[in-house]
Amino acid sequence: MDRPVTRRCMPLRINGETVQPAFAAHKTLLEVLREDLGLTGTKHGCELGECGACLVLLDGEPVLSCLLMPQDCAGREITTIEGLRDGPELHPLQRAFAELGAAQCGYCTPGFLLAAKALLDREPQPDRARIVEALSGNLCRCTGYLKIFEAVERARDALSAAHTAEE
Amino acid sequence: MSERDPDRESPRPSARERRRRRRPGPDVNRGNLDSHLRPRESLRVIGKPLRKIEAFRKVCGEMRYADDLALPRMLHMKLLRSPHPYARIVRIDTTEAEATPGVHAVLTGRDLPTPYGILPVSQDEHALCIDRVRHIGDPVAAVAAVDEETAEAAAERIVVEYEPLEPVANPEQALREDREPLHPDFSATANIHKLVSLRFGDTDAAIEDADLVLEDTFFYEGNTHLPIEQHACLAHLEPDGRLTLWSSTQTPHYVHRALAKVLAPFPASRIRVIACHNGGGFGGKSDPFNHEIVACKLALVTGRPVKCALTREEVFYCHRGRHPVLMWVRTGFRRDGAITGMHFRTLLDGGAYGSYGVASTFYTGALQTVTYRVPTYRFEGARAYTNKPPCGPKRGHGTPQPRFGLEVQLDKAACALGIDPADLRLRHLHPPGALTANHLRVGSMGLRACIEKVVEASGWRERRGRLGRCPDTGRARGLGLACSSYITGAGLPIYWNAMPHSGVQLKLDRSGGVTVFCGSTDIGQGSDSVLAYVVAEELGLDPFSIHVVAGDTDLTPVDLGSYSSRVTLMTGNAALEAASRARSLLARAVGEELGVPPDRLAFAEGRVFDTAEPEYGVAFAEAVEIAEARFGTIGTTGSYTPPPAAGRYKGAGVGPSPAYSYTACVCEVEVDEETGIVAVPRVWIAHDIGRAINPTLAIGQVEGGVYMGLGEALMESMRYREKRRVIHRHPSMLEYKSPTSFEAPEIHTFLIEDPDPNGPYGAKEVGQGPLLPIPPAVANAVYDAVGVRIDEVPIEPDKVLRALEAKARGKPARVGPRRFPAIPFPDPIDVEPPASLRTAADTPSEELATP
Repeated sequence: MDRPVTRRCMPLRINGETVQPAFAAHKTLLEVLREDLGLTGTKHGCELGECGACLVLLDGEPVLSCLLMPQDCAGREITTIEGLRDGPELHPLQRAFAELGAAQCGYCTPGFLLAAKALLDREPQPDRARIVEALSGNLCRCTGYLKIFEAVERARDALSAAHTAEE
Repeated sequence: MSERDPDRESPRPSARERRRRRRPGPDVNRGNLDSHLRPRESLRVIGKPLRKIEAFRKVCGEMRYADDLALPRMLHMKLLRSPHPYARIVRIDTTEAEATPGVHAVLTGRDLPTPYGILPVSQDEHALCIDRVRHIGDPVAAVAAVDEETAEAAAERIVVEYEPLEPVANPEQALREDREPLHPDFSATANIHKLVSLRFGDTDAAIEDADLVLEDTFFYEGNTHLPIEQHACLAHLEPDGRLTLWSSTQTPHYVHRALAKVLAPFPASRIRVIACHNGGGFGGKSDPFNHEIVACKLALVTGRPVKCALTREEVFYCHRGRHPVLMWVRTGFRRDGAITGMHFRTLLDGGAYGSYGVASTFYTGALQTVTYRVPTYRFEGARAYTNKPPCGPKRGHGTPQPRFGLEVQLDKAACALGIDPADLRLRHLHPPGALTANHLRVGSMGLRACIEKVVEASGWRERRGRLGRCPDTGRARGLGLACSSYITGAGLPIYWNAMPHSGVQLKLDRSGGVTVFCGSTDIGQGSDSVLAYVVAEELGLDPFSIHVVAGDTDLTPVDLGSYSSRVTLMTGNAALEAASRARSLLARAVGEELGVPPDRLAFAEGRVFDTAEPEYGVAFAEAVEIAEARFGTIGTTGSYTPPPAAGRYKGAGVGPSPAYSYTACVCEVEVDEETGIVAVPRVWIAHDIGRAINPTLAIGQVEGGVYMGLGEALMESMRYREKRRVIHRHPSMLEYKSPTSFEAPEIHTFLIEDPDPNGPYGAKEVGQGPLLPIPPAVANAVYDAVGVRIDEVPIEPDKVLRALEAKARGKPARVGPRRFPAIPFPDPIDVEPPASLRTAADTPSEELATP
């Protein structure tokens, strides 16, 4: 390295694991995830908090990782798209997005999936209007949003059927 | 919400004959090739609502886009961009930047002196500007450094002395002779890049003879693709002397050619371009870009991998989006609504470089004739160079703008003649197989079914003009209808050559695995899946077991790229041919082995078996082994070349296509008369797709097209402060308004399936056409709701309010451009319209309209 860069090393809880990345102190959570931890499933579309592509969950709440510093996440649980699967098993949201064509180019998809997960975790039976509202911070240029709404509804129904079956 | 129309299937024997003649080849299983129009029931993969082959990778975050790639020792590149709209570069001093710790190389224009451009006639770009900059954001220098921050800091230390020039802010200024020409070598006159003048028949006389003559001016504002993925690339020179570029590009073959030209004498055969899956393209990643070329040069200079990821603001400067187009249209109508003649003029604001602009200019005039019978037609088009980011191809390339003008004018004509706008269109459709005034050959033509479907589904006949106010909001409601057509692939390549437009290679291995190699590029539309579906259908396999290798100039045969809605038809046909040949080889070997005539063998469910005795057969993997033992390594190829164009005049190269898709839509609007805000709660759209290879993906394309069309109709605009250094008003996603989930309407999609003989299984395009009728349908619906004409896109609240105020004062209830400037168009090239069309024009149109 030809130029001195202040580096920071701190523990982060990501997808159920504790990691200890060393990263340039000025980096956002988005940059640390993508560049220092190899978690490139989190995307960037503006790095200004406008598009929602970098959305991750912080203690289950949707946040924009391009506007967060890793320091803001100390002691908190970060969920990225890589953490949505349960081993090889796809989350019902992932399955529904794939089967209904809700992911066209797929670039905005991780953000939408996590925003939808936060909604369904918080509110298991959202109607279309609630889904529209919960996803209004994420931009998609391919689908026109309809397939995404339908996929969230299908996952909602699958999750609620599974829940009923468990009881 | 979506529905399909199952009862529209009519194989046309005459067209199948044409196909047979076009496809020679002794080793080809001809019966199989021609059977691609077979009935839907016999298809196992085609027409099924399957997921895309890479869908799980995408929902798991494991799709690798260009910016997800990293290599050891990778350097980062930043471009220094011009702060001036137009200036001469007096001096560049890179000393300080080069001395910055962490910087490995600094380049300026002198390091890349060879010009390039996507079209052979417009080689007007340099990777880094040499003597002048032509728009804010034009790159002048590049830095490669150990990290992005160092590269950016070093770029800021480059000293550039500029001598500002008077910028050309708009096309009217481009017509003036007193401004310094942007590109003296590429201009028709002053700063006019291209002038086109074509005349098909005596349009003036035909219009004079009409019962009604309408003369209108329209304006369609420019807008941009706004893919969520910002362009990125990674270049790497291997020690053995091979250069690889991974990039978010829709056209790896054209990027390869541009790199070979600019980096010469570095040999083209040592350059490899890999198109990563694009995170959205919409036409915005179809040019070879300066950052791609510069990254490659930096990789050559430094011997290290070089990465470049553009910021969102830089993506706005790359642009290549929708041209702003001013239009003047004069059309003659008979009392029954038949068009006697049409004279269309367009003036395109092209921005600083040529890009696809010559083609865009032709496209603003090419397809007006493809929907309704226009017996005489005249087109004059001009494209201006201005000091703004260059315009290029965006979804619908050059045709949404004239489609807006044409469809709004038809609505006006219907009102003036007292004819229902749907009937006016239905009466004057082209019959299938027609030749248009400008000699374009219509193939299958499902527009009648499209119109009838949306008219019925929307309750058009009962509800138009009678919707009244919304009981909840009190807003005025209205319905508007519009139609369109679009090409399924351009008939000619970007650069003249006689080679196929698409090639496919198949490799079959002993495990029963099949790999498809094709140069096509998946930009989210599902082209990889189409390849897998076609091969799986023909070989009787599970599409998810097919391995697709695409968009890699080292590994895959050339496909021209993901533009002009060409991929499903062209790569689909190439894949069909390759798969048919593989099937033929396997059938011969297995037939010999089993003692069954090859044409009695079926390929299904992973087996090859005797149709007379379905139990008798072998597993597909065994069939490959038998064939390999018989013939050696099993690989086949397929390729596709479009049929020759019917027109034989200068300018006939833009417009011909193997097949045209058709679309009709009805939009319902709610207009808030206090704020001027127009909302679109419901859309009914029917698209003549020929045949849907995958209805889920096809409907997704329709819905995406509707969404993007609504964005253009209501809010999206690339605007500049013309008096303040031609600076972009809002190069950010926050201020460049695009529809969010809140603006998503209810969309009722109908796929009209009337197989076209030129498409694989009858398929035509769906990626672009459905956008086209949306803006005019919205404008026509606004008129139905509140009685004002907004002859300008986007239909923003201030325009609606101005029109409503004018109406209240008893003035013409219209907002839109008032004049079209005088342009020194050359004398027209005169081409006689086809005789068939002249005869048709004399026939009472009701007779022709009867199906």
